[in-house]
Amino acid sequence: MTISKTPRLSFAGLSTNGLLIVYALVVLVPMFIVVTNTMRPTREIYRVPIALPQSINFDSFVKAWGEANFSLYFVNSMVITVASVTLATAAASLAGYILGRYDFRGSRFFSSFFVAGLTLPFRLAIVPLFLLLNSLGLIDNRIGLILVYAATGIPFSVFILSAFFRQLPQELGEAARIDGANEFIIFSRVMLPLVRPALATVAIFQFVPLWNDFFFPLVLLRSTDKWTLPVGMTRFFGEFQTDWSTLFAGLVITTLPLIVIFLSATEQIISGLTAGVRK
Amino acid sequence: MAESTLQNEPNGRPLIRRRNTMMPSRLTIALFLLPALLLYTIFMVYPLVQALIFSTFEFNGLNRGDFVGLQNFQQLFTRYPISEQLPRAFVHNIYFFIGTMLIQNTLGLLFAVLLHRPRFGKRFFRTVFTLPYLISPIVVGYLWSLMLNPLFGPVNSTLRNLGLGALAKPWLGDPATALPVVILVNAWMWMGFPMLLFGAGLAGIEDDLREAAKIDGASNRQIFRWIELPLLTPVIGIVSVLTFIGNFNAFGIVWALAGTDGSPAGATDVLGLVFFRTAFRGEADAFGLASALAVLMFLFIFSISVVVQTWFRRLERRMQ
Repeated sequence: MTISKTPRLSFAGLSTNGLLIVYALVVLVPMFIVVTNTMRPTREIYRVPIALPQSINFDSFVKAWGEANFSLYFVNSMVITVASVTLATAAASLAGYILGRYDFRGSRFFSSFFVAGLTLPFRLAIVPLFLLLNSLGLIDNRIGLILVYAATGIPFSVFILSAFFRQLPQELGEAARIDGANEFIIFSRVMLPLVRPALATVAIFQFVPLWNDFFFPLVLLRSTDKWTLPVGMTRFFGEFQTDWSTLFAGLVITTLPLIVIFLSATEQIISGLTAGVRK
Repeated sequence: MAESTLQNEPNGRPLIRRRNTMMPSRLTIALFLLPALLLYTIFMVYPLVQALIFSTFEFNGLNRGDFVGLQNFQQLFTRYPISEQLPRAFVHNIYFFIGTMLIQNTLGLLFAVLLHRPRFGKRFFRTVFTLPYLISPIVVGYLWSLMLNPLFGPVNSTLRNLGLGALAKPWLGDPATALPVVILVNAWMWMGFPMLLFGAGLAGIEDDLREAAKIDGASNRQIFRWIELPLLTPVIGIVSVLTFIGNFNAFGIVWALAGTDGSPAGATDVLGLVFFRTAFRGEADAFGLASALAVLMFLFIFSISVVVQTWFRRLERRMQ
């Protein structure tokens, strides 16, 4: 193998590193501009779009958080996303457990019924969904959005969790059963703690797209005091269009929770994303 | 997995008894299944089935009227302005798909190959390249609309500072550049996704194959062309189908860059925007029309995905 290390390779290595660095800049420079410009007054940004801030200050964040209602949108986003993820993960772990551990009549059918949801372009069902929620009095209601979001999380979560429950050894839980524990106790005390990594993956995978979703709150929520961050962003960009430093702060506030999650769970995200390819 | 236990029972113990002690009661099974089943059926499956039915009914606001057969479908192609917007948006989605395959997925493959080999800073680059797709499409769209602002945007000011002022232009305001810019911004956001998928595909290829080829004197480029690329065919298939589905569902990022109407003058209008406008910015009978459009989009996306998948599977078999 050492034979193949000809001088040509070092040139290739150099251009490869150049390419990687250039693309890293393409990704990072816009983010860098966003973050630095939150600390620069708007007329400065207009004059020189790219420069380091004169001082470290968070005035624009204060303005976005208060005046531009981001505190409201942020809390709405957090409540709706966390409630949806919790509901879907709880429901999916119950179903995933029973489908993963037992071969009962109809278990195959239910498994494929849930998995089918992975491929359905759900947004196309918005009209019937709107009418359904309307008849339940759940339009412009955060609970309505939570129920819809939880439903969209079910297929993927059941799919992943049932696979994890299936992998646990067969003898597990038998001791508890002999001691007279019922199925729910075995599920919650013995099995659930063992699939904690899968629960984390499933929760993250629901959290990110729900936090970022724009379509459903746009259609299902009317009053601005119920809006989530992505919908609030549309009004904000109209109202503050001449106040760039606040605009940049708004972008950062919306993205911050995701960056925190990503940096603390990179490996989990990557392994979950590629689960289908690697087998 | 009670079944496998039953089959692996060597000492001939009565199977029935074992099954009875193992298997929870029907009521227990039902209670475990019910929460997920109800949520999923009521809020996902039921509306999807209804969309099919609604497409053949007349609507007046929120009220469903008479059965009208295929009239809604006919209206989509005959009533102005949707009869004009629909084919235009469709063509834009095709461009969107081709542009994304050429730019985003080619870059994804390139970086997956470069980052597959051991190298300094591999983790750093992988993390940075996947960072943008965590951001909301709406945020990515607004971020780039500020970057590309004709007067105060950093892109044009950088061009001017480099003495390339002639190239500075209203990127999103010019019908000639608006759609390509949308495609590039979308690629900026999503490139990490195909990169990770291709990376996982490369990791699944036996190292023995590469080693054997190296011993035979193959260069890195030859190894890629004759060993890695053919073995990546299934992943290329997956990436193509996911790209296709993603592009035909594009909505938030286009909205943030170009508004509800796909400005300028509909140059960036895509099916996702047309569907939204038909359903929620349309006339009194909008819900029937929108349901018909939903059915068409679903059939199109679904059938093309199936065709592409079958095609790639055949390609894969022929290469073996």
